[in-house]
This record gives sequence, structure tokens and C-alpha cells, in this order.
Amino acid sequence: MPAQSIWTLLSWGPDGWLDDIAYGVIVTVLLALATLPIGLTIGFFVALGKQSEEPSLRLAANIYTTVFRGLPELVTLFLFFFGMPILLQHLIRYFRPEATIDVNSFFAGMIVLALIFSSYASEVFLSAFRAIPKGQYEGGYSIGLSKWQTMRKVILPQLLRIAFPGLENCWLSLLKDTSLVSVVGLAETLRNAGVAARVTKHSFLFYSLAALVFLGLAVVSSFATGAILRSLGKREAQR
Amino acid sequence: MSATAAMVERPPPRARGWPRRRIIGYALVCLWVAFGLGIVSYLFLAWNAAFFAKYAPAYLQGLGVTLSLVAISMVLGAVLSMPVAYGRMSRNRILSGLAYCYVYFFRGTPLLVQTFLVYYGLGSFRPQLQMVGLWDFFKDAFNCGVFAFALNTAAYQAEILRGAIESVPKGQWEGAASLGLHKLQTLRKIILPQALIVALRPYGNELILMVKASAIVAIITVYDLMGNAKLAFANSFDIQAYIWVALVYLVMVELLRHAIEWIERRITIHLKR
Amino acid sequence: MRIALRIALAASAALLTLGVAQAQEKTLRIGTEGAYPPFNNLTSDGQLVGFDIDIAKALCDEMKVKCTFVAQDWDGIIPALQAGKFDAIVASMSITPERKEKVDFTHKYYNTPSALAVPKDSTLKGVTKEDLAGKTVGVATTTTHFNYATKTFTDSTVKGYPSSPEEQADLANGRLDAIEDDIVVLQQWLDSPDGACCKILGQPSPQPVEIFGPGAGIAVRKGETDLVNKLNAAIDAIRANGKYKEINDKYFKFDVFGAES
Repeated sequence: MPAQSIWTLLSWGPDGWLDDIAYGVIVTVLLALATLPIGLTIGFFVALGKQSEEPSLRLAANIYTTVFRGLPELVTLFLFFFGMPILLQHLIRYFRPEATIDVNSFFAGMIVLALIFSSYASEVFLSAFRAIPKGQYEGGYSIGLSKWQTMRKVILPQLLRIAFPGLENCWLSLLKDTSLVSVVGLAETLRNAGVAARVTKHSFLFYSLAALVFLGLAVVSSFATGAILRSLGKREAQR
Repeated sequence: MSATAAMVERPPPRARGWPRRRIIGYALVCLWVAFGLGIVSYLFLAWNAAFFAKYAPAYLQGLGVTLSLVAISMVLGAVLSMPVAYGRMSRNRILSGLAYCYVYFFRGTPLLVQTFLVYYGLGSFRPQLQMVGLWDFFKDAFNCGVFAFALNTAAYQAEILRGAIESVPKGQWEGAASLGLHKLQTLRKIILPQALIVALRPYGNELILMVKASAIVAIITVYDLMGNAKLAFANSFDIQAYIWVALVYLVMVELLRHAIEWIERRITIHLKR
Repeated sequence: MRIALRIALAASAALLTLGVAQAQEKTLRIGTEGAYPPFNNLTSDGQLVGFDIDIAKALCDEMKVKCTFVAQDWDGIIPALQAGKFDAIVASMSITPERKEKVDFTHKYYNTPSALAVPKDSTLKGVTKEDLAGKTVGVATTTTHFNYATKTFTDSTVKGYPSSPEEQADLANGRLDAIEDDIVVLQQWLDSPDGACCKILGQPSPQPVEIFGPGAGIAVRKGETDLVNKLNAAIDAIRANGKYKEINDKYFKFDVFGAES
């Protein structure tokens, strides 16, 4: 193998690795974006459970956050990636002995990241809930809205605005945590950079590139969240 | 957090009978109990004296490695965070810019990438590092882990420190100045004691995050708790290797969390009425 | 919670049907590592190449089935097979008693010895436990080499690596005193510019068959005897019709099959 120049290594196409890393970036972004709605939904319901008057709901929600905030992300990932197929296999074998279950690393990563994201997001939602005065609920009921309507039309819009900065932090952690899924073989940014480093022996080059990619994603996110915040603020002002 | 405690309201009267949320609540709790029982019974059924005898000492040793890694990184990070926090609060444009970049880089990139960059990335600069006599340090995977972790936590700790110091009202500085204390004295005797109370909880969270993140070093050949679990799983393909390690981490994190809460209660006694 | 549950159920149902559909389509999914040159490796355009891949393709031609390849990290390759991510492992996997408890194997399709490599300026004289006492030896985990090293070099520090290239890099930069790996893999690396630092020290002797096994075989899920028989027949066929020799000569100057069993 002739010594290749850095520019060949970073070129697009069969000789270079840039296309592989770009593909990895797409996977990273897709994984984070796919996790977000699931994580937000679970996080919201866990927060609802945590501030419920029903002790059993509070208990269930608290166990949830204790477990998923207490376990290292990597351990949760390994447990799911290696454990879930075995478990599902046992269950499925009762119905269809010949079936195989393909839990791919994207799916496993998505579930694990959603569990972790939601346990942190639930804390953010919880403190946002506490910041909304009781009068808002009472006002909603008094004009004849049902519980669900009050939640959706009165509480949720305020909640999202209050929770936004906290959720932004959760999103940034999520973006960084996607790199962990590389360990179970998902071809995302870090994984592809690692393969390139392994094959070409230019570890520093490719890991720096991966770091820059994540930095770039963080910068893009902060622009995006800034824009969202501004538009939220504008709508606020228009009222 | 203490602000929310102040606005505790009288709990509403408990609902009687079986409203829907109670059914859901009981169902979910039952699910957790079933899950817990499932794990316990699995560990019981899969109880393998040979497995335990073979790997339990390794786990214990790994726990020691994990704890020392976290302890050393936290302390080094705390030391390193001071100049960074100073830089962040400095009026000097260059200084504050540098500190900002440092913090942004280490908070904006995954710790896993940073660890790889240090271990595998610096590994390819052996001749240069040898020239300056640093290679002996980076030769060891544990040291590389400590290096990456200390740099990372320093960025987070600097922000905690800065936030805490800035949370102390300006009047405290002015008051101290009017008493004739100079800046360093003010910082040490007046500002820091107040700031550290604010910083305790974030510091505690950072410690917990570090304990969890330390599992990453298993990937760069350090046999910490996670490293030993990976090894046990690789040799036995037995999922209980990971279940055990999950339990150990969970217990460790819970103990830390309660310890931090206890300390916080103790040192904020004077703030309660 | 309920919405999430529903999504999870729907997704797992989708994945399940996917798995069943693939099973009906008669393609054989083959898992390999992609970090073990010259046996299997990844190129910059994401292609799997190497001896294992060519052998697998030849076997598929012989069995007249369509094959697809999946790259999977070594330490998760058996769990992934069991989980149904692919149907067979063609990844230079040695046939060992421990692995036989988890998977079924074909006959061997090649057998090469284990060896140790050291830096060229190393003062190490031999490859026994005493020679390596106090030294640091790097080996890829979950391999026969790793099992041998941990059992034999009990006075040394044995460090486990996720794959061979990492252990080679750490030998080159001086973090390790020696590495143990397949001799063909070591030789391939030593012949490349990156391996210029180092040399073969020697082969451990004896190489007990209960650790190293009779050679590398193809692993399939337990109980899939039909597939094992087909693969065995295909191995015999390509050995007989010269296809094996053609692939062998493309990569090696000698016959990697080893002694006829």
C-alpha cells in the first residue's frame, strides 16, 4: 500500500474516506432525530406520572428515572443489544419456532437512547410543570375545557416554552450519546472514522475529524434552537 | 431545587376507589416488580458458582480501577477547572476566548471521541512525544483515560464553578472591599463558602456522570468494572455478566446520590427556618 | 408510556416480519468481522474483501444461493448470529469446544498456527511463559490466541483489544512488548509499511488443540444441521474442483488448509 497523502484520504470516492464519514454523519443525525420524538413522549408521560397525586404512578415513574439515570449508557446499551434479542427470541419461539428476530443496531440504539433521553427530559418537564401556576389549570376548567383539552391547549404550549432550554441540553447530550452506539457496530460517524483510522493507521486525523463533526453538529443545533426560540418569542410578542 | 421545596402545598385529599390513573399506576408498578423478579429469578436460575468464582474477584478489582480512575480525574479536573473558570470570567478578550473554546470543545464532543483521540490518536505521535519525554505517561491506557477524563470534567467543572461564583451577589464583593480585604482574601473567605453551597449539587451530578462515563475506558483496554464485564461476557456469552455489572453501577450511583443529598441537607441547615 | 409501547410493538412486529420474509427468500446472510486482513477487511468504499469473503462467495456459488455480507464486531459476532442478524459466520473462527456449546461448526476451511510478534529491537528470546514474564502482551479478545495467552502467560499482563489492527498499532508505538495472533495476519501486517517496526518472534509450541481447535470453520446456529451439511459438501467441492486453490494462491504462497483431516 503506497503512503497516501492526507488529501487523498480525505477525498470523496473509492480511495478516500470522506464519503464514508459523510454517510456516518447522516446516520448519526437520523438516529438522534428518530430518538427525539420517542424520548420526548416518554419523558412527558414520566413527568406526568411523577407529579401525579397517585402514589403508585409516582413510584413507577421514579423507578424509571432511577434505573435509566443510574445505569451507565454503555451498560444499558449492551444489556439491550445482547439481552433483548435473547429475550424476544424466547418469547417468539412459542409462536413461530422458525422465526428469527433481527434487532438491528439502529433500532437497539434508538430504544436505549430514548430511554436515557426520556429519563433526563422527564426531570426538565417536571420542573417546568412546577413552574406553571395552578390558576392556569383552574382557568382552563372554568371555561369548560376538559382535562385533556386543558393539558393540550393551555398547559403544553407554556410547558414547552419553559422546558425548552433544558430540553436543548438533553438534545446536545443525545447527539453526543449517539457515538456510543458505534460500539455495537452501527455505522455512524465515530464508527466509520474508527474503521478509517484502523485501515489507514491515521488515527489522529480521523478521530479529530469525528470530533469536528460533533462540534459542527453542536453549532448547527445551537443555531437551530436559537431560531426556534426567536420564533417562539415572536409568537409570544404577537399576542 | 430548594425553591421548589419552599412552595410545597397541602396535598389534595386522596381519591377513593379505583380511578383510571390508579389502575395504570398499579399496573406499571406491577410491571416493574415483575421485571425485578424476573431478573432476580434469572440470576437465581442461572446461578453459576463457577462463573461467580471465576469473575467475582475480577469485578472487585475492576471496581477499584473504576473508583480510582474517577477519583483521580475528578481531583485533577477540579484543579484544572480553576484557571479555566478564571479565564471564562476574565475581562481579557483573549483569555476568555481561549477558555470559551476549551469549554465548548470538551462539552461539544462526545467523551468517547476524546478518549479515542487521546489513546489511539496520540499513539501515532510516539516519536514526538518521546522527544519531550511524555510518552511514558501516554503509554499506559489508564493514564490516557485519566488524561481524557480530567480534561473533559475540567470543562464542566469550570462552568459549575463560574456559575456558582457569579451566583454570589456583587454586593458581597463590594462589602468585602469596603472592609479592606483584597481580592484573593475576599474570594477565599467570603465568596467561595457561599458559592460552594450552590455548587454542591452540580458537583455531585458531575461526579455521578463521571462514574457512569468511566465505563468508556473499557474500550481502550483498561480493565475497569465494565472492562471485566465485557471480558466475562466475551468468554461466557452469558448475559448475566452485564446484569451483575448493571446492578453494581446502579447501587454505586444510588449511594452517591443519597450521600450528596445528605451532605447538602447538612450544610444548608443554617439556611432553613 | 402507552404510545411508546405501541410504537415499540409496531416496530418489533415490523422487524419480525422482516426477519421471516428474509428467511423465505433463500438468501444466506453471512457475518464477518472486517478487521482481520488478509482474511477479511473493509475497503475505503465500504466493501468487504479477503480470503474469507472469497471462500464464502465460492461456497455460495457452489450451493447456488444468493449471499449477502454483514460486518459485525468480533466480540459480538456469536450473539449476533444467535440473534438472527445473519445465518453463518465466515470470519476465520476457530472451532473450539467453548464455541461448540453455543453454535454448530462445519469442518475447517483452513488452519494456520498462532505466533507472537515483537519490535525488531526486542530483547525477548522465546515465547514461553518464562520469557514473557513481566511483559505486556496484546491480543484481540474472544480469540483462541487470547485464551491461550491468558492461560499460558500468567506472569505477564495480557491486554485485550477489540480487533487485530488496534493491537498492531499499540505494538508499533511501544505500548506492548509482544502481540499474539494468527501468523498469516501478523505476516501480512509485517510486510506492510506499518509493520516495518516489528518481526515474528516465534510460534508457541505445542499449540494444544483443545485451545486452538482443528482450524477455522463456519459457524451456524445450533441445530441447523441441514445448513452445516450443505456447507461441508460445498467446502469439499471447492477443494476438489480447484476453486479453493485458486483463492488460496491469490492470497498466500503456501496452502493454508493445513493437514487433511
